[in-house]
Amino acid sequence: MSEITLINGTVLTPDGAVSADVVIDGDTVAAVGSDGERRGEVLDCAGAYVGPGFVDVHVHFREPGLEWKEDIASGSAAAAAGGFTAVVTMPNTDPAIDSGHLARYILDRGREVGFVEVVPAGAITLGRAGSALAHLDELWNAGVRIFSDDGDAVADAGLLRMAMEYLADRGGVIAEHAEDAGLTRDGHMHEGSVSSRLGMGGMPALAEETIVARDLRLVELTGCRYHVQHVSTAGTVELVRRAKAAGMPVTAEATPHHLTLDHRAVESMDPAYKMYPPLRTPDDLEAVREALRDGVIDLVATDHAPHAAHEKDVPFEHAPRGIIGLETAAALVAPLLDTQTLFDRLSVAPARLAGLERHGWWIEPGAPANLVVFDPDTSWTVQRFRSKSENSPYLGSELTGAVRYTIFEGAVTHR
Amino acid sequence: MKHFLSTETISKPDLESLLDLGDRFVEVLARPIPKVPALRGKTVAMLFFEPSTRTRMSFERAAKALSADTMSFSPGTSSLSKGESLKDTALTIKAMGADALVVRHKATGTPWRVADWTGLPVLNAGDGAHQHPTQALLDSLTIRRHFGTLDGLRIAIVGDIRHSRVARSDIWAFTTLGADVTLVAPRTLLPVDLEGWPVKTVDTIDDVLDGDVIYLLRIQTERGGASVLPSLAEYVERFGMTNERFDRLPEDSIVMHPGPMNRGVEISAAVADHPRALVEEQVANGVAVRMAVLLRLLGEEDVDV
Amino acid sequence: MPRVMDAGDVARALRRMAHEIVERNKGGDVVLVGIQTRGVPLAERLARLIGEIEGRDVPVGALDIGLYRDDLAAHPMKELAETTLPVDVGGRVVVLVDDVLYTGRTIRAALDALTDFGRPAAVQLAVLVDRGHRQLPIRPDFVGKNLPTAAHERVRVSVSEIDGTDEVAIEDAT
Repeated sequence: MSEITLINGTVLTPDGAVSADVVIDGDTVAAVGSDGERRGEVLDCAGAYVGPGFVDVHVHFREPGLEWKEDIASGSAAAAAGGFTAVVTMPNTDPAIDSGHLARYILDRGREVGFVEVVPAGAITLGRAGSALAHLDELWNAGVRIFSDDGDAVADAGLLRMAMEYLADRGGVIAEHAEDAGLTRDGHMHEGSVSSRLGMGGMPALAEETIVARDLRLVELTGCRYHVQHVSTAGTVELVRRAKAAGMPVTAEATPHHLTLDHRAVESMDPAYKMYPPLRTPDDLEAVREALRDGVIDLVATDHAPHAAHEKDVPFEHAPRGIIGLETAAALVAPLLDTQTLFDRLSVAPARLAGLERHGWWIEPGAPANLVVFDPDTSWTVQRFRSKSENSPYLGSELTGAVRYTIFEGAVTHR
Repeated sequence: MKHFLSTETISKPDLESLLDLGDRFVEVLARPIPKVPALRGKTVAMLFFEPSTRTRMSFERAAKALSADTMSFSPGTSSLSKGESLKDTALTIKAMGADALVVRHKATGTPWRVADWTGLPVLNAGDGAHQHPTQALLDSLTIRRHFGTLDGLRIAIVGDIRHSRVARSDIWAFTTLGADVTLVAPRTLLPVDLEGWPVKTVDTIDDVLDGDVIYLLRIQTERGGASVLPSLAEYVERFGMTNERFDRLPEDSIVMHPGPMNRGVEISAAVADHPRALVEEQVANGVAVRMAVLLRLLGEEDVDV
Repeated sequence: MPRVMDAGDVARALRRMAHEIVERNKGGDVVLVGIQTRGVPLAERLARLIGEIEGRDVPVGALDIGLYRDDLAAHPMKELAETTLPVDVGGRVVVLVDDVLYTGRTIRAALDALTDFGRPAAVQLAVLVDRGHRQLPIRPDFVGKNLPTAAHERVRVSVSEIDGTDEVAIEDAT
């Protein structure tokens, strides 16, 4: 097995940050200390943190069926470049991941590519069509732990109740894309002052909040684990805060874009700013930031949503929604959080949610060798992506905070 | 001036200078030969991705009165229906030798995108419910020719503000020129958030009958009206310009409408035909202001390029 | 910047031109049309002078030729001045009035513009200054002063209605 020694870094251990070398032997951290011998390849980590590899519980790798946007190979490469060692892919592919053999296909392709651990989320309803339950049994047996119709909410509360009842005992997680179809009909952006000025159809904040409020009642009823995807409004934050205070098994994620941009960006009518949920008001942004700091929002997920250039090079209302996020996530979030919290929200918490046992470990001997070396002070200009797509509003921006190395199961996957 | 896309940011001097030019073209259009050679050799392409007869004809008349050639594009018979992208359509028309593009599309912001793609001067002839800036120019010119100025005038815009690019264009032009603008609409037809809009709102037309200009918007009856209103009858009762209401208006006030009118709905037939309803002047002035904008876009070297 | 005509010279030239116009047209029905901008006050003065000689009102109009120029791109049009023709020009003798005759292109544009208003019986041209360098086969009928110039020079005509004073000066534009 290969050996690597990471020197001069600040190492994030279970007991906090220490200056130490980290020795990796095969797929395991062998030693953390300042007086050990250097073994194998030596990587300089001066000025950088050595921490648990990032985990993204919300990515779209578009395979099978939409490979012109992204595939598992290009998506995995983008993830590694962003410091990630594990991802959970959303099931809105073609076909949707609604049965066991499809889930196993994703797992197999992920292993073949071998840059990050790729785990599929399964659809809640057959074909994500919202009318009958997906093959939850097959999906569970294939290893799926997170279930979502991401892209749409499950509109039928009876169906969602059934899925929750089925998954509650097993410990599965329902992850909801909270968006009421009626309230968002003809909507393309946040309903507010900017949409009013542009005359564009709006998606009100309460389209998200009514679904979350409904779902929380179902969680009370069923006891199922429930995860709110891409929280974007202050109202949702408040709902999650109260649910957690009441001891409900609820978690929530926020995206880097909802933590850094607001709906005024859409004044440009540039499709790079089109995503669902839409960019909200500055007050919403502030509430989401605060919730991420205080833990009401457990984790950061990118909702990495690649689209080919020609698909986005159309009027705003015609453009598909979503932006890529894996390669800019850490730099965007790092300035908002202290180091310990940053690695919790980007690694420990998402690994726990997804049940990824080999990820989200603070660095100590015996820990799996899934690491990232992140330099918070280096600035870089967003120019090229490992992703097949470049639909990012941050293209051309200068960001501070760079991933120096990503190590997946003992192998350097990004440098 | 490189493009003419929106009234939101145009300055008062620029607006006034376009109206002055519009006045000149009103005179040109009254000549025995209402045509001048100013844009001879230039080609203006009409890209009306949304069906429109009135506005397209007005632009064509304006271009031709300036001796420009015109090309027209209609989405029903084009390769758009064969899957050609909007971008390729725009670039194709540029390659055919268009010097300026007049763009209408139901999606907000399309004229801005077309401007980016082609680099040609673009004139926004209506994008979604967002902007229709030449309508604001022709409305402003019509009011100015009637009253001499917009400064201090009280103008009420009545109807479906929420879905109206005419309202979104007029509001900025009228207020920039010094008018007080009041929006009159039921809540379902007002924009959700009016933060930053220089307007007042009231919810019945009876509250604005002492104003100088009553501007009636078209109610989209072809959508049944029902999607935005529970009942057309109730709308007429609260927002329609009936004969009785018209009689209560000041003697020197005027009524305007962007057309096409729904007689008997937002405007009674008798009011529509009254000399103080300036609907036909609006249409005539539309040609003049579109000539003004075309001349500004094509008759000058753009120093900003 | 040598001054070549002062207020008195301008007044005398206009008076002489008025007499010549009357003489040529033998009391016929003329209309004076000034070319915007400085041709307009000159046309008004000539009309007044002719009126005094003839003892009747002489109609006078203004013509903006901006829309008829063949060099729009090179001379961006910031504003368009008024065009007013008080009478139908069809069948009448029109005397075009301008301050300076140079290449002849302005007059070419003015003739085009005038033609769009009707078919005059004849068009004559009156200019305060003819500075030469014609680029088109156009010649004036009535001239206030022939002024040989070099191409790099510029002739600046001031009229009191616009500039507060009457004079003609030559500037070196290089």
